[in-house]
Amino acid sequence: MLPYVFKRLLQAVPILLAVAALVFVMFSVIPGDFASTQSSDGRAVIDAEAVARMNTQFGLDEPVHVRFGKYAAKLLTLDLGTSFRTRQPVINSLSERIWPSLQLAMAAMLFAIAFGVPLGFLAALKPGGWLDMQSMVVAVSGLSLPQFWLGLMLMYTFALLLGWFPSFGYGDGNPRYLVLPAVALGVAPLALLARTTRAAVLEVMNADFVRTARAKGNSEVRVMRWHVARNAAVIVLTTLGLQFGSIMGGAVVIEKLFAWPGIGSLLVDSVSLRDIPVVQACILLLVLFFLIVNIVVDVLCALIDPRIKYS
Amino acid sequence: MLKKLVFTTALTLAAFSVQNFGAQAQEPRKGGTIRFTAPYAASFVSNDSHVSNQIQDDIYGKALHRSLYNWDSANNKPVLELAKSVEVSADGLVHTFKLRDDALFHNGRKMVADDIIWTFTRLMDGSKSYPAARYVRLLKGAIDVEKGQAKEIAGLRRIDDFTLEMTFTERTEPGFLFNFATTSIYPAKEAQAPDFFNKPIGLGPFKFVEHVPGSRMVFERWEKFYKPGKPYADKLVISPMGEAAARDVAFRNKEIDVSILGPTQYVAYKADPNLSKGILEVAEVFTRNMGMNPGFKPFADKRVRQAINHAIDSELIIKRLVRDKAYRATGWLPLSSPAYDKAMQPYDFNPEKAKKLLTEAGYPDGFEFEWTATPNESWGMPIVEATIPMLAKVGIKVKVKPVEGSALGGIVAKGDFQAYIWSNTSGPDPLTAMKCFHSATPQSACNYTTYKNPAVDKLLDEAGTTGDAVKRLDLVKQANAIVYADAPVWFFNYNKAVLAYQPWLHGLQPNATELALQYFEDLWVDASSPAAK
Repeated sequence: MLPYVFKRLLQAVPILLAVAALVFVMFSVIPGDFASTQSSDGRAVIDAEAVARMNTQFGLDEPVHVRFGKYAAKLLTLDLGTSFRTRQPVINSLSERIWPSLQLAMAAMLFAIAFGVPLGFLAALKPGGWLDMQSMVVAVSGLSLPQFWLGLMLMYTFALLLGWFPSFGYGDGNPRYLVLPAVALGVAPLALLARTTRAAVLEVMNADFVRTARAKGNSEVRVMRWHVARNAAVIVLTTLGLQFGSIMGGAVVIEKLFAWPGIGSLLVDSVSLRDIPVVQACILLLVLFFLIVNIVVDVLCALIDPRIKYS
Repeated sequence: MLKKLVFTTALTLAAFSVQNFGAQAQEPRKGGTIRFTAPYAASFVSNDSHVSNQIQDDIYGKALHRSLYNWDSANNKPVLELAKSVEVSADGLVHTFKLRDDALFHNGRKMVADDIIWTFTRLMDGSKSYPAARYVRLLKGAIDVEKGQAKEIAGLRRIDDFTLEMTFTERTEPGFLFNFATTSIYPAKEAQAPDFFNKPIGLGPFKFVEHVPGSRMVFERWEKFYKPGKPYADKLVISPMGEAAARDVAFRNKEIDVSILGPTQYVAYKADPNLSKGILEVAEVFTRNMGMNPGFKPFADKRVRQAINHAIDSELIIKRLVRDKAYRATGWLPLSSPAYDKAMQPYDFNPEKAKKLLTEAGYPDGFEFEWTATPNESWGMPIVEATIPMLAKVGIKVKVKPVEGSALGGIVAKGDFQAYIWSNTSGPDPLTAMKCFHSATPQSACNYTTYKNPAVDKLLDEAGTTGDAVKRLDLVKQANAIVYADAPVWFFNYNKAVLAYQPWLHGLQPNATELALQYFEDLWVDASSPAAK
């Protein structure tokens, strides 16, 4: 297993470099640079001389390929560069934001698993039944509701009308602040997990080995726990891995809405100010996170299902 | 129309006076927490106020730091802050400041002249491109430091610990240069420590406690602040909240004490019997306009530009689309400018006149132009869309070029447009604002429409050299009138900034330079605040 993990980690390096190159090229061709964003609010005036000075300071006056070469060389030594905005190392900005982002992603995922998996499982027990229909309603709504709108509705209902939770902010570690953003972020994965679980359980329930287990006189609980749930778990886990990655991406909207101090809100601010080193670092971090989560999922799948072998 | 403007302004001032009177009638209460919001982005840029010219950072800068000057919102002018007096030489170039001897940094050390010299020298570090370098550059020898040819700014001379002499290269009013947070005075020795910006200290009324990036900045009262008895509040929490809808919920939920309102919320708050009691309005020094590039042939003709001003029903757009959250523009200089000319009348909505002007200019069938616009609700795409049918009636077709907000500045400064719509600063210094129409000002600086009129140049040059303040204002007014007649832009409106505040918050000021910039030492919360303890 270890060689497999090592191999997957090595495979991540060219992926990360490709992403870095893509982001670099993208931000080189879209209109606007850091210097010009400084005057875009119409308040400040930045003359051409100041723009030139800034561009020199940040190395933006060099050709794209030279800049990318320097950037890639630094990246290979794990140097993410210096933020244009703060004039501080990018790693400082990232380190401040990683934990809040992870907190939010984990809470959202926990919410999605806690409600989505049981809902899908129960729905599969009686296909076409009342619960199955309701789970479909939840799934369709959860997947189609825009996160921004859902977040606002949650704020309005649970903060303003009921007063149960604060409407924004990070608080002082108080989990009450985490509830609304986590729910807003977790509803879409919940819906997908419910549908995936339902489909996986239904598929496994009709498998030959389940019929054999029942024929051998195993109790229904034992059949469900040891044969159905365990085999369906592989499919659910794979979906979970993919969703965990997308949750980190989806946090961009939710973090901004709830004034949550994570990577998502840092990314939004950095894009609008064309703070390219920070944008690149945030995207690379999200990609890296996605890759790691999926490696972990692969390992877990192999542990659950002995038929899965990684060579 | 003019009567309406004057009436609205009077009403605003009256409302402010009533609020102030109310505040004065009650003895300011000590203690409690002020829960302020920074409404323009999701986070503050940095703990170093020098690196950012974003208004977000100016907001916390008012709590943590102090600059040589401050903005007097009530009288709409800069006033000395860290100096007790200033003597100006006859030629207006040498300013000798008697500094306060009671201003203490948050570590208890007295501020001295060397701190100001070190701060201004830091701002001229050419390798760092600090935004405030453009102000300090007016000091003699500052450019040499910026270019690395000198280590000290020749125009800054310490006479003693509390006397500082500044020599400028041209007659200038330093109050307009050195009142921003980007020119905050730092403690010279302490600020060079590597971890200084983890827990910065300043001269402001509140001490830094913590910064949770993207969520909040927390401060506590600096008990040795040089204004006796101030600040009143024990604690100040500033939360960056860029999303208007989220801010609205938090405000209604009494989690924050203030909120800047957009047009939609402005209407809702005004209609609400409770919320409408806590609204502060001010005509900010921003002029919304459509700049026209004379490099595009039709716009080179003054009559075409005037025709556009006549063809658009600005009044209707302000009323219906901007929901009256703006004042009709009657020139470049806004209502709150000391050089605002009450006698000037807006271009009347007159499509017939517009057609006639177009015919005279050689465009009887109109023409088509490309209009660069951002999605901004008050001065972007929605406004452009509203003008399209109006312009079509006089034969002018519009091709919209949508751009992202952060890209607009670069596009306009490079002249890469036929027309653009923007909101540009038009104050607080009227002379600086009008210099954007001086032919010597490059397009990349702020003469975006490459406007050129020798008469305006002459007036502005004279205004820049005269020592007579009244005469200067008169000259600037004349320049403003000529620019208005030449119509290098479509004069749309002046921003009406609106701030909603909770009934327990007192001491707010109608700051025309930016309403979100408040003086935290003057704010206090009464016992009815949820954070009164």
